[in-house]
Amino acid sequence: MMPPIVLRRVYYWVYGALLALTLLTIGVAYLDLGPLNVAVALGIAIGKALLVMLFFMHLRYSSRLTWVIAGAGVIWLAHLLIFTLSDYFTRGWLPVAGW
Amino acid sequence: MSPTIATPREHYLNVSYGIKSWLLTTDHKRIALLYLATITLLFFMGGAAAVLMRLELLTPQGDMVQSETYNKLFTIHGVVMIFFFLIPSIPAVLGNFLIPMMIGARDLAFPRLNLASWYLFTIGSVFTLVVVVMGGVDTGWTFYTPFSSTYSNSYVVPTIVGIFVNGFSSILTGLNFIVTIHTMRAPGLTWFRLPLFVWAHYATSMIFILGTPVIAITLSLVALERLFGVGIFDPALGGDPILFQHLFWFYSHPAVYIMVLPAMGVVSELITAFAKKRIFGYGFIAFSSIAIAVIGFFVWGHHMFVSGQSVYASMIFSFMSMLVAIPSAVKVFNWTATLYKGSISYQSPMLYALGFIGLFTIGGLTGLFLASLGLDIHVTDTYFVIAHFHYIMVGGTVMAYLGAIHYWFPKITGRMYPEGWAKFSALVIFIGFNLTFFPQFLLGYLGMPRRYHFYPEEFQVLNVMSSAGASILGVGYVVPLIYLIWSMRYAAPAGPNPWGATGLEWQTSSPPPTHNFEETPVVTQEAYAYGMPEEDIKGGRG
Amino acid sequence: MAEGNGALAEQFDDLAQQHEAASLGMWIFLVTEILFFGGLFAGYTVYRATYPEAFHEASHHLDLLLGGINTAVLITSSLTMALAVHSAQEGRRRALTVFLLLTLVMGAVFLGIKGTEYAHKYEEDLVPGIRFAYSGPHPGQVQLFLIFYFVMTGLHALHLTVGIGLLGVLAYLAWRGHFSPRYYAPVETSGLYWHFVDIVWIFLLPLLYLLGTHR
Repeated sequence: MMPPIVLRRVYYWVYGALLALTLLTIGVAYLDLGPLNVAVALGIAIGKALLVMLFFMHLRYSSRLTWVIAGAGVIWLAHLLIFTLSDYFTRGWLPVAGW
Repeated sequence: MSPTIATPREHYLNVSYGIKSWLLTTDHKRIALLYLATITLLFFMGGAAAVLMRLELLTPQGDMVQSETYNKLFTIHGVVMIFFFLIPSIPAVLGNFLIPMMIGARDLAFPRLNLASWYLFTIGSVFTLVVVVMGGVDTGWTFYTPFSSTYSNSYVVPTIVGIFVNGFSSILTGLNFIVTIHTMRAPGLTWFRLPLFVWAHYATSMIFILGTPVIAITLSLVALERLFGVGIFDPALGGDPILFQHLFWFYSHPAVYIMVLPAMGVVSELITAFAKKRIFGYGFIAFSSIAIAVIGFFVWGHHMFVSGQSVYASMIFSFMSMLVAIPSAVKVFNWTATLYKGSISYQSPMLYALGFIGLFTIGGLTGLFLASLGLDIHVTDTYFVIAHFHYIMVGGTVMAYLGAIHYWFPKITGRMYPEGWAKFSALVIFIGFNLTFFPQFLLGYLGMPRRYHFYPEEFQVLNVMSSAGASILGVGYVVPLIYLIWSMRYAAPAGPNPWGATGLEWQTSSPPPTHNFEETPVVTQEAYAYGMPEEDIKGGRG
Repeated sequence: MAEGNGALAEQFDDLAQQHEAASLGMWIFLVTEILFFGGLFAGYTVYRATYPEAFHEASHHLDLLLGGINTAVLITSSLTMALAVHSAQEGRRRALTVFLLLTLVMGAVFLGIKGTEYAHKYEEDLVPGIRFAYSGPHPGQVQLFLIFYFVMTGLHALHLTVGIGLLGVLAYLAWRGHFSPRYYAPVETSGLYWHFVDIVWIFLLPLLYLLGTHR
């Protein structure tokens, strides 16, 4: 089974959205939202990445196996970050020198 | 059955001759043999380093080599044995040869990538060899910063290049296996009819894909730091050496499961074949392989209990390390249950498989001691750790590797090796191994640190025992090298299925034709249909 | 030309199986790339959490205008790449070749702009290990940030260069009529690779450039 042919206008809409989101993320960066800056910037980046993956990379039209593979990559990256950071964020929780 | 067994007229070994037909082959079976040749060379190279180390350790004084030289010896022993022998061994030799056959395919999904994998492995090995000739590397195979990134005066960067290139070899092999298993199974071969050897390699391939890239980038950063004089692990800039350890062990712990999962897959095959009995708990064994691969990524901090890692992170890693023992134990229980009331024969592959079960159990249980935070404080970085992982890597993986080589030797070469010599070697290896490594548990518990070439007088007896064992073990490894090479040329022909085993690989001739099967097989039964009224388990020894 | 069964490799049963295998293979390779860059993202995150002011300060020294333009360039190149795959699926040889070449050219433009950025950093003495002099606070940690900047964007640029090479080969093959609606897996898999490179940049922009935009 060959992959389906996606309509070109889908690509154009996604392209427009990607450009708009880029402008948005740059614009928001000029505002001081404290800790929210990071959250918004990352959220927009994730949104853009999802658009590229789902439509340009055809993930939306792909098999469940492809979803699992792509998902595994993302989850493993998250795991690497979370577990590594869990060390740094919990240092000094115990009132013993060096731990 | 005719009394004389004839080798087929044309098969993958004689279909073409000449060095180009080997160096430019895309036949997975020939590539497996290319790997066998280079891996064997590297095994003995890593072994040579061990010989020198054990010679030095005969006496309490550091009187054979200087400290820096000893550092280079244990470093190259670790680098070669881990990256260039244990990690590729079973997947690259047996996995490459057997997986297409076990699933009824003509080859892997990407034969040219497979050949590229071998070239990358060989190029990586050449880098390592050149490093040895140029003067060696002394950082330990763990490359801890800032010693590796700043202070070491040895050939760190070329070693890293060799490991990096080799890592690509692993990644391509894992990629090939996963795609092949998903897309090229023969008609009727559902996932739960696959041999457990295939499940084991699928799980291993998951680790290849998800782990190897992290060590690749981490070691690259160390290399960059050496080349440019600045880097992210430099404490002078605010860099954190513990970050290196996190990134390093994120791969290197799962790497040990890369080294043991294929061996477990082999054992599943050998136990069923030599107990002539359906495996007990097929589903449990299949899922336990996946469980080990996944949970194995959640335990790396147990290498860092005394590094400065937070207590809370250490506790989580300790708990997860206990958890990962469970699926391994599940396998041991299932193999044992398979043996119960089986029709057991003690041919040499079975001796290796039984050896694996016993020695892996010891190695695995001692892993639990190391996983407990309190105990680990005392035995970390001692010979206890060394004994623990050698029980698994050598008592486990190497024995399974040898068992596999023997078991599938008739399929690969079309000939049967001399069983008497094989049994003798298996016994010598078992004795030599235990004499080498059991004293090391005691040494570690008594406090002898690892990576030291001198030690207090009172440890000499145990060290001498260990070195004596190593010499016996060495003999045990050289003997098969001789008779197996001899057998390739001069031994008696073996038929398609000398063991009377189930499995698609035994349904075709020995050696197989280039495309493995005359016709694509259709699978209608489960993987280990022993003792079931089935006509197509052909073979037996006449 | 070489369409239909001439393109079928002997280990596969049919072109559809071959296409599926190629696509799966590329996705798996991209997973390794996620983890490869991921190690850098992990290190960056640790240090950013540890040295927030220094990283904020260091980010000011990056050229947001060039970074923003480059982002637009790369996003556009992803569009042309998607249109290239589309043309292959419809068997439009000339359109396929043109879109592949457009993608390639935009990749080259990206590299040109990146090179300009690097040249500016060199003139400003902000290249750790090569030419670095910094009189502001936290010079060590600013260097850490800049090391991440150069390594992450450098690795990205390296991947982009490989992609450009791939596109060149593909454009040539496309022009020679090598692809067809039944055989275009190399175009699709190269497209997947190219989009991945775009996604990496989508994350590099906020992490490196947008950190210190607000004062």
